[in-house]
Amino acid sequence: MESYQSKPGLLCNPEASQRTLYPYVTGTSVVALKYKDGILMAADMGGSYGSTLRYKSVERMKPIGKHSLLGASGEISDFQELLRYLDELILYDNMWDDGNSLGPKEVHNYLTRVMYNRRNKFNPLWNSLVLGGVKKGQKYLGMVSMIGVNFEDNHVATGFGNHLARPILRDEWHENLTFEEGVKLLEKCMRVLLYRDRSAVNKLQISKITEEGVTISQPYSLKTFWGFSAFENPTLGAEGSW
Amino acid sequence: MTKQHANWSPYDNNGGSCVAIAGANYCVIAADTRMSTGYSILTRDYSKICKLADKAVLASSGFQADVKALQKHLAAKHLIYQHQHNKQMSCPAMAQLLSNTLYYKRFFPYYAFNVLGGKGCVFTYDAVGSYERVGYSSQGSGSTLIIPFLDNQLKSPSPLLLPAVDAVTPLSEAEAIDLVKTVFASATERDIYTGDRLEIVVLNADGTRYEYMELRKD
Repeated sequence: MESYQSKPGLLCNPEASQRTLYPYVTGTSVVALKYKDGILMAADMGGSYGSTLRYKSVERMKPIGKHSLLGASGEISDFQELLRYLDELILYDNMWDDGNSLGPKEVHNYLTRVMYNRRNKFNPLWNSLVLGGVKKGQKYLGMVSMIGVNFEDNHVATGFGNHLARPILRDEWHENLTFEEGVKLLEKCMRVLLYRDRSAVNKLQISKITEEGVTISQPYSLKTFWGFSAFENPTLGAEGSW
Repeated sequence: MTKQHANWSPYDNNGGSCVAIAGANYCVIAADTRMSTGYSILTRDYSKICKLADKAVLASSGFQADVKALQKHLAAKHLIYQHQHNKQMSCPAMAQLLSNTLYYKRFFPYYAFNVLGGKGCVFTYDAVGSYERVGYSSQGSGSTLIIPFLDNQLKSPSPLLLPAVDAVTPLSEAEAIDLVKTVFASATERDIYTGDRLEIVVLNADGTRYEYMELRKD
C-alpha cells in the first residue's frame, strides 16, 4: 500500500482513504408534509450512478418500528446500512417486552446522534434523512443532514426539493390538509422536480403514516406535458447556440 | 482523473444573530429563529436560545449540530452540578464551564458563537473559548452590523478605567427590549442570514419572560 507520507501536507491521503469522500449511487429529493391525520411523504425510485440512471426501482422510504417512517436521499448503500442499525435498535427495544415502543421523536434523535457521531469520525453517512411519524396523536416531522444538522417543521424537502418544492409548500400548506389535498400537493411538488431536476425519474411512491400505521403506495407515474412553448425550442433567440 | 467534486467538510454555517444586554436588575437575551445553509433557508422557526439555569441563558449561532451538542453537554453538566450542590449554577460559573468546554475541543472546535446572559452580566465568546465579561454583546452573522450600533447607543465605560466600572447599561428594561427589537429589525434588512422571527428572553427579579416579534421573511 502507498505510504500516507507520499502526499505531504494532506491530513488524509485520498488514494488510501478508508472513508466516504463522495457518494456512488444516489437518490434525489424526498418531500414530506404534515396533514390532518398524520404525515405524507414522496420520493421517486431512481438510483443515480453519477449522471447515469443506474437503478430504477429503489425503495427510499421504509417504515421504522410501529410509529415512524424514514425517507432518504443521498448514498443508497449508506441508507441501507442505516436501516440495519435501525432494525437492531427496534429489535432490542422490543425484547424488553414492556409494552413500550420507540416513537418518531426517539428515532429522529437516534438518527441525529448517528449522523453527528459519524461526522465527528470524519466518516459520514452520505444522506439527507426525513423522519415522519405519529404517536399518541402527536404528529412529528423532522430532517437530519449528513453532518448532523437537524430540525422539525410542518413540511420538509431534501436536496433540490428545498429549492423547488418548499416554496410551493410554503404557499399552499395548511394545518388541515385532507389526505387527497396532501397527495395532490405532493404530486405538484414531484412534478416540478421531475421537470427541473435531471436525476428525478417518473416512477415514484407516496407513503402515509397515521395512528393506524404505515402504508407505502405501489410505484406509479405522474401525467406530464412537454408541449409548453418554453420546452419546444428553448434556445430560440439565443444566438450562436445550438 | 482530476478532482471534479467539492471536498467534504464537517462544518456548515447555519447563520443567525444573537444579542444580550445587561442592566442593573435585568438581562435581555435575544436571537432570530432563522436557520440557513448557503442561500437556502432550512426552517424559519428554530430557537437558538437555551435556558441552562435559572440565571444563565445561552444564545448561540454557527453550526447547528455543534451548537446542539454543546447545549446538551452543558445541560448534562448542570444536572450533575445540581445533584452535587443542591442549587442552580450561577452565571459566572456557567461562563467558566462554557469556556473550558469550548477550549477542550481546541483542535476540532465547536463552530459555535455564544453570548451568555445572566442577571446583571453578559459573557461573550469565540469558538475556542476566549471569553470576556461585558455589559452588552452580539455574536453571529449579523454581529458586524449590530455591535457598532450598540456601541453608539449604550456608550459603555472603558474597560481600561481604574478602578473598574461595572459595564451594565443605564437603560431601563423596557428601553433595552426596544433597542433589541430595533437592532434586529435593522440587521434583518442587510444580513440575509438573519430574519423570520425574533425570540427575546427577559431575565429579572420576577423570573424569566419570553417575547416574540416577527421579522422580514425575505
